[in-house]
Amino acid sequence: MENEKVIVDMMRSGHMACPGCGVVIAMRLVLRALGKKTVAVIIPSCSSIIASTYPNTSLKVPAFHGTFESAAPTAAGISYVLKLQGKDDISVVAFAGDGGTFDIGLQALSGTVDRNEHYIYVCLDNEAYMNTGIQASSATPECAWTITTPSGRPFRKKNIMEIMAAHRIPYAATASIGYPQDLMDKVKKARNIQGTKFLHILTPCATGWRMAEGLTVKAAMLSVETRLFPLYEVFDGRRYAITYEPQGFPIDEYLQMQGRYGHLTQDQIANMQTQIEVEWENLRNKVKDCQC
Amino acid sequence: MRELLTGNYAIAEAVRLAKAQLIPAYPITPQTPIYEKLSEMEAQGTLPGIMVRVESEHSAMAMCISASLTGARVFTATSSQGLALMHEMLHYASGNRVPVVMGCVNRVLAVPWSFGSDQTDTLAQRDTGWMQFYCEDNQEAFDTVIQAYKISEIVMLPSMVIIDAFFSSHFIEPMEVPDQVAVDRFLPKAALPERFDIENPTFVSNVVTTGSQFMPFRKRGFDDMENAKTVIKKVDKEFEEHFGRRYGMVEAVQTEDAQLVLVTSGSMTSTARVAVDSLRNKGLKIGLLKIKTFRPFPSGEIKSALQGVAKVAVVDRNISLGNEGIFCQELKSSLYNSDIRPPVYGFIAGLDGLDVSPDTLEGIAMEVMGKDEPNDLPVWIGGS
Repeated sequence: MENEKVIVDMMRSGHMACPGCGVVIAMRLVLRALGKKTVAVIIPSCSSIIASTYPNTSLKVPAFHGTFESAAPTAAGISYVLKLQGKDDISVVAFAGDGGTFDIGLQALSGTVDRNEHYIYVCLDNEAYMNTGIQASSATPECAWTITTPSGRPFRKKNIMEIMAAHRIPYAATASIGYPQDLMDKVKKARNIQGTKFLHILTPCATGWRMAEGLTVKAAMLSVETRLFPLYEVFDGRRYAITYEPQGFPIDEYLQMQGRYGHLTQDQIANMQTQIEVEWENLRNKVKDCQC
Repeated sequence: MRELLTGNYAIAEAVRLAKAQLIPAYPITPQTPIYEKLSEMEAQGTLPGIMVRVESEHSAMAMCISASLTGARVFTATSSQGLALMHEMLHYASGNRVPVVMGCVNRVLAVPWSFGSDQTDTLAQRDTGWMQFYCEDNQEAFDTVIQAYKISEIVMLPSMVIIDAFFSSHFIEPMEVPDQVAVDRFLPKAALPERFDIENPTFVSNVVTTGSQFMPFRKRGFDDMENAKTVIKKVDKEFEEHFGRRYGMVEAVQTEDAQLVLVTSGSMTSTARVAVDSLRNKGLKIGLLKIKTFRPFPSGEIKSALQGVAKVAVVDRNISLGNEGIFCQELKSSLYNSDIRPPVYGFIAGLDGLDVSPDTLEGIAMEVMGKDEPNDLPVWIGGS
């Protein structure tokens, strides 16, 4: 009998993540929740280096490295054939970064969600093209420094969850490496839902966020507790549920610990705080609206 | 059974009989009727596989690759801009050694936007590691799809089965469509490696970090593409034993005593057959060399066919700006290190489906017969 209390990791140590990497924590938690009967799709991103450099792999599940913009149809292709082969008990999970999801892979992701193809899409969002060395993506927050936005990104972060909800995707959820049980519960829930599932995981990047290596998990927790990155689920694009009630800390400490926000003025910080409150209220209203 | 089919429908019929299991498809003129026909078969319950209506050709090929690696026989089709959009994934398919078969209907690439036949779309994919088969007519297109699955699944490299826009894709021709039992006998159910084994997990397509790791992969691909020549010939012969038709990597027509050999590919070849007969009737010793297989390039077959030939004229329905017609370039380079080096005259004709009539080809032959040496640049038939 499988003992729930025994942790079986589907990743090995000795992978090539940077010290303090948030992505690798998320991958480990997702794969731990999915277990052995899983096929993983990796695309160019931090996760591709973490998962494999020839002839090694840190993954204990079969995996395929696809192309940058193709995580979604690549995973869907595997899923279709596993079904044809009668291997319905195997989960297919695609790991993509924020660039591979919010930017170059968005069209293909939209296609698979539209067709409701059966697999789990995991966006490991470290808020910039970190694998190529900290260039801005459309997941980079407003005002955040990157090497290609030296005076701060002038645009707000794209709301990928709303894009997924607009597709009426069966299940979409945010998750955080700071709340591992919540994350793994969502993965297990996703595994048992038919169709496309989307997990948006904020994965702090010590290197790109310009912070000390030991602060990754704290940054993840603060992103949740400040309501900047609330933990919630959306069912069928309509029913919203908050899975963890954040404490509502002011944003200051979260910003101060990251060098990428070192240039912010008091006005910009105040503006950011206001936006967080507006978005939080929006989310709470969505939860209320669907409690009927 | 004897049937009247367009080239597109001939390909769709072959895909059905080959029992492709997954078909990700996306519309583009003039390939779209393949997609439509397969959709109709699916709706009628006569298609053994499933179709996925993807949102781009790029995703179509991404899905073909991962589905093939999982163990399924797959198919897709495209043309022109769609093929160009797929370019990245074409390399990815051959690199991952998946036996995908794709129908390609040659259509001119923009700009200007147009729809007629022009081989530059597929020839621009020359270096992607795919086998390329240029078909003369609808029967050949059908037969080549069936053959291509067998060849690709032995060589483990993907294949393009190529026809001309409209001349082949939309023109109806009488042809022979074998029944399922006959096709099954020649092409059994796919037995592809299933690369994602839960009990024996491996990582497919790792990142390599040095050229010394990379080069052996390419070298194996190169060697296998070279060995594909033997496989193509063997499968063609076997096909003949089953169905009574064979094509060869090239077909030489009346080349033995020829003073001039016309070289063509695709649907233009059937026109050239008429032109050569007419020229022969006028007492001129003209032959014809049809190049069907472009990758791997049949250098040996071409050399054999051109032995003792005084002049060669290559008619290309494609152009590489800054050089010349692509079949012409390839033919010349395959002869350079041999002692068979007749002067080669390059002609560009029929771009965007401009008609190349028997008269056009006879004119080309007469022009070459009257010349002492070829121009440095290709001669354009039309275009000014």
